[in-house]
Amino acid sequence: MAEDRLKAVLMEARDLDRALTRMAHEIVERNRGVEDLALVGIKTRGEVIARRLAARVAGVERLAAPVPVGALDVTLYRDDVHTRPARPAAPSSLPFGVQDKTVVLVDDVLYTGRTVRAALTALLDYGRAARVQLAVLVDRGLRELPVRADFVGKNVPTSARERVRVLLAETDGEDKVAILGGEG
Amino acid sequence: MGTLGRKDLLDLEGLTAEEIGMILDEAEAFREVGLRPVKKVPALRGRTVINLFFEPSTRTATSFHLAAQRLSADVLDIKVGDSSVKKGETLLDTVATFEAMDLGVLILRTAHSGSAAFVARHSRASIVNAGDGMHEHPTQGLLDLFTLRRRFGRVEGLEVAIVGDVLHSRVARSDVWGLLKLGARVRLCGPATLCPQALAAVWEGAFPGRVRVVHELEAALEGADAVQVLRIQLERLQRFLFPSTREYSRHYCLTSARLRGAKPGCLVMHPGPMNRGLEISGGVADGPQSAIRGQVANGVAVRMAVLHLLAGSEEAA
Repeated sequence: MAEDRLKAVLMEARDLDRALTRMAHEIVERNRGVEDLALVGIKTRGEVIARRLAARVAGVERLAAPVPVGALDVTLYRDDVHTRPARPAAPSSLPFGVQDKTVVLVDDVLYTGRTVRAALTALLDYGRAARVQLAVLVDRGLRELPVRADFVGKNVPTSARERVRVLLAETDGEDKVAILGGEG
Repeated sequence: MGTLGRKDLLDLEGLTAEEIGMILDEAEAFREVGLRPVKKVPALRGRTVINLFFEPSTRTATSFHLAAQRLSADVLDIKVGDSSVKKGETLLDTVATFEAMDLGVLILRTAHSGSAAFVARHSRASIVNAGDGMHEHPTQGLLDLFTLRRRFGRVEGLEVAIVGDVLHSRVARSDVWGLLKLGARVRLCGPATLCPQALAAVWEGAFPGRVRVVHELEAALEGADAVQVLRIQLERLQRFLFPSTREYSRHYCLTSARLRGAKPGCLVMHPGPMNRGLEISGGVADGPQSAIRGQVANGVAVRMAVLHLLAGSEEAA
């Protein structure tokens, strides 16, 4: 697949930093603290964002240790395994019990909602969380399932022909959100 | 992102190091599934997997059955005693009948080398070779590689001894191909009737100097990182390939005393089922260096990885 042309930069490193700080505050406010709170990132970039949010949440609450963070690979739970070649699965890692926790699922981009649907099914296999909330860095619209995020870094209306690319220092060497297109 | 662009898994001889690495990486993900409270994922929902075994097997058949079930496939076990092959149906007709029932993956064990490849050529279904005569047993080879990689972090550079009836062993053949492709060195060890000097010639062309044959167990163990002990099949005794079980065990039984001649921490593997006291002592089999139980657990994860990667390649092909 040819790399699509860069259309616009949606967020620079500073914007991304501010958005994450605000989201951390919102998570603490909504849950009235961090008791029984855990963050679970959807692999790969959701995990990176979850780790950053966890550190900020700990900062907001002046905790000695960050809140627990897990990582979920949802490859085996996707609803499109029959319509495209199998993608290699990666190990999930949830180093805490999910039972009765408030779990904040974290992903980089919310689009059709199918990944979140798969993540909810996967999460259930680890136990019954008290409640599950959703945090995403970018909500690009175009939902195909009834899914809504609780915490959003930036809302960006897009067309299906465009692609939203989230770059993070840990995985890509820099922090940036860009929109790639798309017309032809 | 790579996928296994193959319909079948017939042997390790035909796989590249990258393909083997991809299966082992994938097995890590499935190993994690085995540690969860709910050890099941929906990846193969609605697919049919059939275990067709023409030779008795508890371990391999159970392992494949569990792997398919943990992927949410519909799985059937067919033992030859129950099948129409006993009534004179050909193997291809049996497989064609399964295909008419929308078979996705056929797991096949037979006594005849090459039978899995033969069926694969004539079937649209994915074929997994679960042992064909003296040829290969690729998922056993993969789970041995996975066990080594988990223990040492890599396979490259390891010195691995394979001891026993190497000549007749499909496990040994898959192990050797896999080990060589991933960069290990292999010592084959057994009496000359079961481990002839000429055996190394099979691999000499592709991997010169990386396989050697020794007839003394002590020499095979010296400096070894791991040892795979093969099962001695007692029926070979009747064919005069070795004189007596007592003489075999005197020379080739892996005992604690002999194991001390290997590297400290040398990993002990055995594909099972074991003849305790014949090829391996109870003390070694149950000892701290034994990976034998772990091999069984790893087998399920590796077979899940293989089934997932092959079933996903169906539409891609």
